[in-house]
Amino acid sequence: MIRYAGARAFQGLVVLLAASFAIYMLLGLMPGDPVDLMASGNPDITPDDVRRLRELHGLDRPLAARYADWLVALLQGDLGYSRIFNKPVLATVAPYLANTAALMLVAFALALAVGLPLGLAAASRRGGFLDGAINGFAFLSAATPTFWLALLLIVVFAVVLGWLPASALPPPGEDGLAARAAGLILPVATLATVSAGEYARHMRAAASEALAQDWVRTARAKGASEFRVLSGHVLRNALVPVATVAALGFGSLFSGALVTETVFAYPGMGKLIYDAIMGSDFNLALACLLAASTLVIVANFAADMVYAVLDPRIGFGGAR
Amino acid sequence: MRAFAALALLLGLMQAGPAATQARDTLTIGITQFPSTLHPMIDSMAAKSYVLHMARRPLTTWDKDWKLVCLMCVDLPTFENGGARRVTLPDGREGAEVTFRIHPDAKWGDGRPVTAADAILAWDVGRHPRSGVASGEAYRRILNVEARDAKTVVFTNERVTFSYNDFSQFEFLPDHVERARFEADPETYRRRTAFDTEPGNPALANGPYRVTQVQPGAAIVLEQNPHWHGAKPHFRRIVVRVIENTAALEANLLSGSIDYVAGELGFTLDQALALEKRQAARFDFVYVPSLLYEHIDLNLDLAALKDVRVRRALLHALDREALVRQLFEGKQPVARSFVNPRDASFSPDTPAYAFDLPRAQALLVEAGYDRVVDSVRQNAAGERLSFDFGTTAGNRIRETVQQVLQSQWRRAGIEARIRNEPARVFFGESLRQRRFQMAMYAWFSAPESVPRTTLHSESIPTEANGWAGQNQPGIRNADMDAAIDALERELDPGRRKAIWARVQRIYAEEAWVLPLYYRSDPFAIPKWLAGIEPTGHQYYSTLRVEHWRPR
Repeated sequence: MIRYAGARAFQGLVVLLAASFAIYMLLGLMPGDPVDLMASGNPDITPDDVRRLRELHGLDRPLAARYADWLVALLQGDLGYSRIFNKPVLATVAPYLANTAALMLVAFALALAVGLPLGLAAASRRGGFLDGAINGFAFLSAATPTFWLALLLIVVFAVVLGWLPASALPPPGEDGLAARAAGLILPVATLATVSAGEYARHMRAAASEALAQDWVRTARAKGASEFRVLSGHVLRNALVPVATVAALGFGSLFSGALVTETVFAYPGMGKLIYDAIMGSDFNLALACLLAASTLVIVANFAADMVYAVLDPRIGFGGAR
Repeated sequence: MRAFAALALLLGLMQAGPAATQARDTLTIGITQFPSTLHPMIDSMAAKSYVLHMARRPLTTWDKDWKLVCLMCVDLPTFENGGARRVTLPDGREGAEVTFRIHPDAKWGDGRPVTAADAILAWDVGRHPRSGVASGEAYRRILNVEARDAKTVVFTNERVTFSYNDFSQFEFLPDHVERARFEADPETYRRRTAFDTEPGNPALANGPYRVTQVQPGAAIVLEQNPHWHGAKPHFRRIVVRVIENTAALEANLLSGSIDYVAGELGFTLDQALALEKRQAARFDFVYVPSLLYEHIDLNLDLAALKDVRVRRALLHALDREALVRQLFEGKQPVARSFVNPRDASFSPDTPAYAFDLPRAQALLVEAGYDRVVDSVRQNAAGERLSFDFGTTAGNRIRETVQQVLQSQWRRAGIEARIRNEPARVFFGESLRQRRFQMAMYAWFSAPESVPRTTLHSESIPTEANGWAGQNQPGIRNADMDAAIDALERELDPGRRKAIWARVQRIYAEEAWVLPLYYRSDPFAIPKWLAGIEPTGHQYYSTLRVEHWRPR
């Protein structure tokens, strides 16, 4: 187990190193640098200003040399400064990360809490009305654009009914726990609705397959109740493929949900990454994207662990 | 798109949600951009100017009537009133010495007076090559800043230009807060400035409000500055909330989460026009033509576009009046040149190109494009009158305009092949390196802004100068260069106006650039709110925020 974890950690580091190089180069290959963008919107900036700013921000140096400097600094624990925010990267990212964590973790948990039981219920009533209704919900949620759903919820619950705020974050000074929770209801509902349908579909497929197995028939023949069959036998087996989907979903949590964040004026990681890339803020973009990559690797590792817990036949490599 | 239309319909069906009932001592403004820094000199960003205009005041500004006026000074120094004088510089050239008297009651938010030392620090930071100030060249053109006494500051400009007393971009920095930070290490000053590390420090404000709270990416709160020397503002607190998506911005306005959407940084024009049809009872709609002018740059390196007859034909073939009438309900006026009619430098004698299809066709025949093959004109050598026409992809208004122009040109036998690119590629590469044929985008400027960086031949981007400069068409015209040089040096308003007229006439006659229309800032002002005076230029309405109040 420890050997397996060590090997996966080493693989993860290699992947992160490769990802950092690829991200840095891709950012560098994007047309136009930040000074060009600054100059394109400001006729007061003279050619001398452009040369000076490019040199000041190190944009006149080769990309590979800049990457090497960044890597050396990273090994010393220095993530550098964000160029567009003029702040240390960690200090810049922290509030956005906290916002995203609050939003996405709740949405993730809610989506699982709704999606998995729905999928299980649909599988247990396969072909019936309930199955049709849940399938309908799953396909509708997959087909509904997040942007549209978010605006629709705002219009209904904030504009027409006036029950909930239209923005996720309450204004400073009015941001008590209750206000913050109220602000999160609509964005969480938006994200959870979209994801719950997906989890329900996967759960239904996996549970349907499990329900057709001999051991389910045996369990029923032994007199186990339907609830016991579903919760004790089917759920555990059906969770193995669903865990993969959930792990991938969890991995994308900290890269944020750009559309939802934008519509609900919620400053989260999705928007921060977008701004960092569009502003060629290498340090900030790298930190955000590497954090997201790390989480994907960790989530996949966690999924492997979950497989072993759910199905003892799955080992950690090597001869058994 | 259909989904959005359905949503717009739903928005249209409801006339009003629960109206804002919050107390009128707080005003919540919605804008679409969050400032990356609150330092007044580092980087230039519309959102930053909008917010900081409430908390800080420059020495001078341009008012809503586009006149230069004092803000932090007592009176505007001129050669006539003795506040400015010509001086001989050590190298023998002639410079201008301009003396400003700082308002005697002007104070920072901590009660310390605004003094000449604050002006000197701003100059030190601005001219330092490694301080990160975007337009540092403007500060380096000031050769010296001297304190005559605590409230009198003397600037020595390296040249005598007509804008010798325009210090609208000159911002004081509180010497007692920022001097030590700057001197510790000028290169890293931009990362240690109190404007970003402790934005709620009252000593950073000298305007009617001061920033008290910043919610990164989401909101900025301002409260009254008790040491403000001017008229006492009505609102105790102003909350500026950032909602980047304009549909969500509208929903927030209608739900009462925000009171007012900034005209300068809020709705798109088409959105405001649609909102006006539904919500005219709740808001006053004001459309203010601004200094932003949409135009098409022609790449003058192309053989066909070197011919002035072709360029003029391109303009005559366009029915711009119909375009602005149909697409913008006439709210964005057709442009004759880069100079807005509201600007003192505007010349009504500037030639205008009316829509005249026969004239366009005659000019093209005269230029040798006398045969039409597959609806496109050709010359004797078989060269087709066909151009790549680019703008920023995803900008819905521009893309619509582009399609209208394309169809209008088609009637004259001119083919415009649409080649749009993401803004980053368009501005960062194609335009910068002049790899375009026709490019549509917008410029903004200050009132009476000399077009040196856009029309003078020294500003053509080339590989040799690192693609610096903004004369993207590649204009090389001795008359224009001479007029621009003369313009800057001419102090007499009457004679300067004549030079301005010459500049606009050359610009129009040569048609290197096809002016389209002046963009308008759409203001949707709640009926209960009074005192907002849209300016149309980069010195926003928030420079007079102390006069905003409920009716």
